[in-house]
Amino acid sequence: MIPDTYFSAAPDWTWWIVPYFFIGGIAGGAYFISALLVWFGRAEDRPVIHAGFYIATIGAVIGGILLILDLGRPERFWHMLFLNQDLPRLAFKSYSPISFGAWGLMGFGAIATASALGAAAAERRFGLRPFPWLNRGPFWKALVALGGFFGFFVAGYTGVLLTVTNRPVWADSPMLGMLFIASAASTAAATLILVGRRRFHTATIEWLSSFDAAVLVFELLVLIAFLATLGAAIDAWLGWWGAVLLVGVVLAGILVPLALHWRPRWFDAYGRRDAGRRGVWLARLSAERKVASAVLVLVGGFLLRLAVIMASEGIEHARLVRETLP
Amino acid sequence: MAEAMGFFTDTTICIGCKACEVACKSWNQLPARDGGAPQLTGLSYDNTAKLDGIHWRHVAFIEQFDQPYDGRWLMMSDVCKHCVQAGCLEVCPTGAIIRTEFDTVVIQSDVCNGCRACIAACPFGVIDVNPVAGTAQKCTLCYDRISEGLEPACSKACPTDSIQFGTVAELRERARGRVRQLHADGQEDAYLYGADPDGPLGGLNAFFLLVDDPHVYGLPREPELPSARLAGSSFFGAVGAAVLAILGVVGLRKRRMDELASEPAVPAEGEP
Ligand code: SF4
Ligand code: SF4
Repeated sequence: MIPDTYFSAAPDWTWWIVPYFFIGGIAGGAYFISALLVWFGRAEDRPVIHAGFYIATIGAVIGGILLILDLGRPERFWHMLFLNQDLPRLAFKSYSPISFGAWGLMGFGAIATASALGAAAAERRFGLRPFPWLNRGPFWKALVALGGFFGFFVAGYTGVLLTVTNRPVWADSPMLGMLFIASAASTAAATLILVGRRRFHTATIEWLSSFDAAVLVFELLVLIAFLATLGAAIDAWLGWWGAVLLVGVVLAGILVPLALHWRPRWFDAYGRRDAGRRGVWLARLSAERKVASAVLVLVGGFLLRLAVIMASEGIEHARLVRETLP
Repeated sequence: MAEAMGFFTDTTICIGCKACEVACKSWNQLPARDGGAPQLTGLSYDNTAKLDGIHWRHVAFIEQFDQPYDGRWLMMSDVCKHCVQAGCLEVCPTGAIIRTEFDTVVIQSDVCNGCRACIAACPFGVIDVNPVAGTAQKCTLCYDRISEGLEPACSKACPTDSIQFGTVAELRERARGRVRQLHADGQEDAYLYGADPDGPLGGLNAFFLLVDDPHVYGLPREPELPSARLAGSSFFGAVGAAVLAILGVVGLRKRRMDELASEPAVPAEGEP
């Protein structure tokens, strides 16, 4: 039987939205990791915390720009926030993910910017003098905790937004929000590893990569749960996007990074046994395995957003593609 | 509020003339697709293909022929259903989509910013972007005409009265009579789609008389509101966030334990 979702129309959320979901995920995840370290970390985690704030701020700004560019009428982006016919009343609907998402992204951007300013001032960047209340103390810790929640929100509401539609794949399983949150955490950890591999304390990098590995396992489980709850809409994966999901996301983006983390010897052995090109290449991969696995996690995270969006976008209204229904 | 107004579309008497499509496009000044180049869909005599931002009525042609001379041709003029519980209205973040005093659902083009949430939210695939305006558009049930006491352009043009306009209460009454008549005449598969106020979406103000499964006409069997999925997916999102927080905290504690076990000299404590 064809699911009822196959009788709806595709919103054409594509080339601005895919990078937005990816970058927004990294931004939210990076802030969340910083918040964890603020609350449960140590003095030597400081540089990661600051890097997380910077990434979150840059990501929130880029994300906002991508969202505006995606609109049919970008100059009316502010209609999302204010009722243009009833100023100054706010446009807010607690049951419309785009509506509360726009506000959530604003709130997240504000907190991330404040945190990044505090961090930049503490590092005496841009000629700023430190303002301690934005860099230590209880007010700051409370703000960071709130920012951590917003981080999760920004990372996950995009998945919820796709589910709160009537489109195939997106609306057929309740797991997308959870899947995007997991992927946000893994891609954010990977970004932090790439950014700070020479600057951060080794213990912090070690924690980041083992956190990343744990998150990847969780992500794989959620991905399986997502596919298992799709019902008849699982059909949508019998095609190119299914291949991308399997090879790009599961194999390259999850399983290989996990192998690099837990079984680095597998890759060493190749390097020794075989002096040929492939051996050298794999030996280098294992020497730089943290970088390699971080890059792969990022590629996998991007392909996850791409595949989830495009698998559904590509599905035409059922009447257009099937001669006789049902 | 004035009385709820709507359409009753009796597909059994549609002859596929597409007068409704033409009347709709000319009254609403909707542009042609691809500058009017003919489009072949491979779907019988249908070259409109689907409802979208520049096609607010669409006549579907469904061929059901097992043998030549043995079968039937279903035709249905499709349109926005003006749902009593409208998914498009619910998700629209700008307030562009409103419910009018006629209980119809209208997109205000000067408010819409083209986010396209409504397109994915409509269970029937009714809405799309009008490329001229850059905004989402669909049938307004001729809001401009009915506010002046005129009937909508499509029902006015329909030569067989397959499309009827009126108050929803009266149309339902008339439609039930028509079903009884068809049953008495031997067309026992006739039924109403969307005429039940206790049915999906609180009933559709533009409802249909069909003689086959809704899927055959390209309609969902059990249309749902998108918000029906909000609680479930938010719940799982929150579970995911909790799991990640636990993974993070446990990992950080483990790091401390490992260090305490391996190094007698405890590393410098301090607030990060
Ligand atoms: S049919 Fe679609 S566009 Fe029309 S009111 Fe219902 S949800 Fe909105
Ligand atoms: S595209 Fe326009 S009408 Fe549709 S949900 Fe967005 S703002 Fe509202």
